Amino acid sequence: QCVTTLEGHENEVKSVAWAPSGTLLATCSRDKSVWVWEVDEEEEYECVSVLNSHTQDVKHVVWHPNQELLASASYDDTVKLYHEEEDDWVCCATLEGHESTVWSVAFDRGGERLASCSDDKTVRVWRRYEPGNEEGVACSGTDPTWKCVCNLSGYHTRTIYDVAWCHLTGALATACGDDAIRVFEENAASDPRQPTFGLTAHNSPGRAVTLHCSASVLRTSVEAEPSRKKRPRVSFSRHMSLMARAVFPVSFLE
Amino acid sequence: GPGGGAALENANPLIYRRSGERPVTAREEDDELPDSIDDREIFDILPGRESRAGPGRGRAGRGRWGGGAKQGRAVQLRSAFLNPAHLIRSINDPEHPLTLEELNVVEQVRVKVNDAESTVAVEFTPTIPHCSMATLIGLSIKVKLIRSLPERFKLDVHITPGTHASEHAVNKQLADKERVAAALENSHLLEVVNQCLSARS
Repeated sequence: QCVTTLEGHENEVKSVAWAPSGTLLATCSRDKSVWVWEVDEEEEYECVSVLNSHTQDVKHVVWHPNQELLASASYDDTVKLYHEEEDDWVCCATLEGHESTVWSVAFDRGGERLASCSDDKTVRVWRRYEPGNEEGVACSGTDPTWKCVCNLSGYHTRTIYDVAWCHLTGALATACGDDAIRVFEENAASDPRQPTFGLTAHNSPGRAVTLHCSASVLRTSVEAEPSRKKRPRVSFSRHMSLMARAVFPVSFLE
Repeated sequence: GPGGGAALENANPLIYRRSGERPVTAREEDDELPDSIDDREIFDILPGRESRAGPGRGRAGRGRWGGGAKQGRAVQLRSAFLNPAHLIRSINDPEHPLTLEELNVVEQVRVKVNDAESTVAVEFTPTIPHCSMATLIGLSIKVKLIRSLPERFKLDVHITPGTHASEHAVNKQLADKERVAAALENSHLLEVVNQCLSARS
């Protein structure tokens, strides 16, 4: 039963996300803006901010796992981060580096790192550095800086539409326009400040099935799999049936 | 529509001779044998032949596109002429009463097909570097291929490098499936595209 309709965006709304607190909702649109809505105990929604930081369509928004920090991905090739500063929502960081549209972002379990995926066929991992950090990364004022610490390139042959970071295992999964799902795991010996990831699973389900991967479904399937050793394995045949049921194309133009 | 009544951007385009029809081989005539799609076939389609495998013959699922492209590998392409280079040569230019082939906007040599990997890449060359029709032309090529080829094909339509002032921006739009979908939800634009794709009498 539809409890409310939130109007305001001037073009297609591409993504919507609840903050962990449950009181904030973020939306983004082809109108280049990101909106933040607040909901009170009476289920009344109020728009508390319209953020016009991006210069092109905004594809995806996602919340930090435990803070009121918002990330957005855009056709303008950047990722932007927002938080509330003195009762106003502001853009507190812009992550530049991708060479084309950023389609999606995902935080890791602790929220210290963020993964982004792009039309440039790469996945980049960014790490947060607070002011006064021991690595000597410069910050402006009290805002942390985000620096790219890993660039996964050469694995994907077409646009990467979605990325998910498993909060249980730390695995990164990607959904790509070449019809394949790929899973990457961080190499145990790598420096957390310069992590390296290895490709541990790659499934090309065949060209009949093209999916915009709902990454949370993938994560669920990983968590549900009982582990043989310590690490759950993704079973692709079962996974594919899960995805076929649970996922629908974002656009018929797959 | 564009060009109607207003001065043409490129009033005196170079006109190129059309290539002759590709001879049909005996294998292609045999409906029982599967036809693979190769490079040279996309370029050339004969008006009238297209109706053998065009809209209405495929299954549903492409309703918004105005055509029914066929599904997957299971369907064998009956027509030798349902091939990428074949399909695009006779697309009309939006401004001039000429085809893209006659204006050298599309050339067979700039069409790359890999049937085994299900990829088709088309480079097109706008007639002048500031051609404002570039996106429209690219869109028409893309739509024609989407409507005609099996769904398994991944399409890449872009401007011949070095031939347009905004090639990066145009290529980026053509590559973005959401942008393309949104463009074609614009009924006026869709009408113009359909005019470019309609067979000339």
